[in-house]
Amino acid sequence: MSIYSKVKPQFWEAGSRSGPNKNLFNFRRIWHLAILLLAVVALVPLLIMTFIDYNVTRHSLESENLLRTSRTTSNTRRTVTNFLHERKKALAFLAEHQGVQRLLNKQNLEAILSSMQKSFGGFVDIGVIDENGKQRAYIGPHDLLGRDYSEQEWFQNTLSRGAYTSGVFLGFRDEPHLIVARRIQDFKSGKSFVLRATLDTEEFNTILSSIDLPDTGDAFIVDRDGIIQTPSKWHGDFLSKVDLPRPEFSETTRVLQETSKDGTAYTVGYAYVTDTPFIVLVIKNTAELMRPLNTIRMELLWLLAISIAIILFVIVGVATYMVNKIYMADQTRARTLHQVEHTNRMASIGRLAAGVAHEINNPLAIINEKAGLINDLFVFKEEYANDRRLLANIHSIIASVERCGKITKRLLSFARHIDVHEANIRFKDIAEEVIGFLQKEAEYRSITIKMNIPEDLPEFTSDRGKLQQIFLNLVNNAFQAMNDGGNLAISASEEMDNSLIFAVEDDGCGIPETDKKRIFDPFFSTKKTTGGTGLGLSITYGLVQELGGAMTVDSDVGKGTTFTITMPLKANKADDNEDITG
Amino acid sequence: MKILLVDDEIELVSAMAERLSLRGIDADWTDTGEKALAMAEECEYALAVLDMKMPKISGLELRRLLSGKYPTMKFIFLSGHGSEADYKAGSAEATSYLIKPIRIEDLVEKIQEATQ
Repeated sequence: MSIYSKVKPQFWEAGSRSGPNKNLFNFRRIWHLAILLLAVVALVPLLIMTFIDYNVTRHSLESENLLRTSRTTSNTRRTVTNFLHERKKALAFLAEHQGVQRLLNKQNLEAILSSMQKSFGGFVDIGVIDENGKQRAYIGPHDLLGRDYSEQEWFQNTLSRGAYTSGVFLGFRDEPHLIVARRIQDFKSGKSFVLRATLDTEEFNTILSSIDLPDTGDAFIVDRDGIIQTPSKWHGDFLSKVDLPRPEFSETTRVLQETSKDGTAYTVGYAYVTDTPFIVLVIKNTAELMRPLNTIRMELLWLLAISIAIILFVIVGVATYMVNKIYMADQTRARTLHQVEHTNRMASIGRLAAGVAHEINNPLAIINEKAGLINDLFVFKEEYANDRRLLANIHSIIASVERCGKITKRLLSFARHIDVHEANIRFKDIAEEVIGFLQKEAEYRSITIKMNIPEDLPEFTSDRGKLQQIFLNLVNNAFQAMNDGGNLAISASEEMDNSLIFAVEDDGCGIPETDKKRIFDPFFSTKKTTGGTGLGLSITYGLVQELGGAMTVDSDVGKGTTFTITMPLKANKADDNEDITG
Repeated sequence: MKILLVDDEIELVSAMAERLSLRGIDADWTDTGEKALAMAEECEYALAVLDMKMPKISGLELRRLLSGKYPTMKFIFLSGHGSEADYKAGSAEATSYLIKPIRIEDLVEKIQEATQ
């Protein structure tokens, strides 16, 4: 037997009957509907909760990433601002307290540069340029004394604004640097000069490289034209255009989600550094930032999958159990209903038989008495005693009347026992009555009937009518299963446990293994095309249970079938509520 | 000893009475309950064989009327129906209960049993 047939619920093969005997329910449909509804009720909230949980986690992670990026960017801006601010203040201090003439003194300027390099660091050189753009004093590693800066943008800006901080550029020295400059006034001549200092961009690089970033992260400075001012790992070459759009101006630190030309998503933190052309950029690969979400998502998916599997397993189990129970209840209902119908039908047949028998009995009794009287006259009156031919005819009439009388008495007995409940039963009487009904058919079909019923088989208390129906059904079934010339045996024996065993055995076609489990189910029939209702064995099974007995079947295809009934010596009626299983 | 046969089928009851007479049993017969009651007034019967289903006065009713007047009288019921009610009533209220058609030997045996 395959695994499928083992796990298959009983209702699975319940065909959809039609007509007055139809099933109340389509069990497979109920099963499907129950599973669907239970699954929807159980899984939809689970899926919604999982979706919400995932989104909350994602938003939380995104917010945290934005916050962290924003904080890193702010800190970097603060550091850069402080760096530049300190040096600009130092330059302002010099301009205010040294005066142009002292600054033009080479020894003094050299001492000042040395002092500033020690105190602040980051200063490369320092110089004083007159209002015509000519460098009048210079201390530093390059030979820039006398150089003309009148055409330089930074020089003009310094003269017009009073103070200026440049972006990073190569300039005459052809090295990346930035300058901070301040206009100073010579009170003696009334002329304007520019005090200019060059700052080492390495300081910026050191500040930016100290930021703790993932491998794919990047932190650098661009100017307001988007030109990269400090080396970038991933977003362009030094002093080239950055590969991301320039962020719009904002006084506060902001974080954006940007996508590069190659389609990579980035989380970009930026901050404009006040009074400078610099924009601090902290760029992180969004996919890498959200990597913890992938782990969470996988865990959630596993949890969801396991939960769904468990829920579906339970749902299928519960639905199968419940629908099976409904199916069993429906089977019991159908069995009971048709048992009642069958009993009513038998009672109607009984009443009809009794009516017919009664109507026949009266004229039969007259024939009997008249023929009997004629026979008596022949016997008792000597003058007729020698007419053997007449006497034989009279005996023939009387024998025929006796035969008719037996038939009508059997019919009357059958009708009478339909209504009888508990009585003392002699099984041999039941068997003979049942066989009596089918004796003629057995003779026509050459079916041999053997009865192996011990004379000393004890009487038992039971319902005579129901027992008659049980054995009539079984013998009828056996007759249908057998070919002409078959053999039928009815046997009985007493068991040690105060029960009797009755067996009806035929050598007919037998029952296939697949049908054995279902032969007691209502409406199961292999003879539906020839008018079988599928109720005979179901009703028989129900009647045996009602009488407190049990029925089993043993059958081999092609060899025959034996129905065995075990009946208690004293009937114990089955509990009405007992679950009848086929 | 005389017995009384009562059945609404005259052909039956007359033949039955004659057959009993041939077997030495003196039997009067009639076809209605009223006539039977009248005959019982005239003659003392040890036993009555009554058909259960008769018009006007049924066998059971006749049995009650007769036994009320003649407590020692015995009864045998005949029935052509054999219903459960007949069976129970016949078995309870009479010495014997026979279903038609009967064998005359059976009836003789029952009469002898009842009158011994």
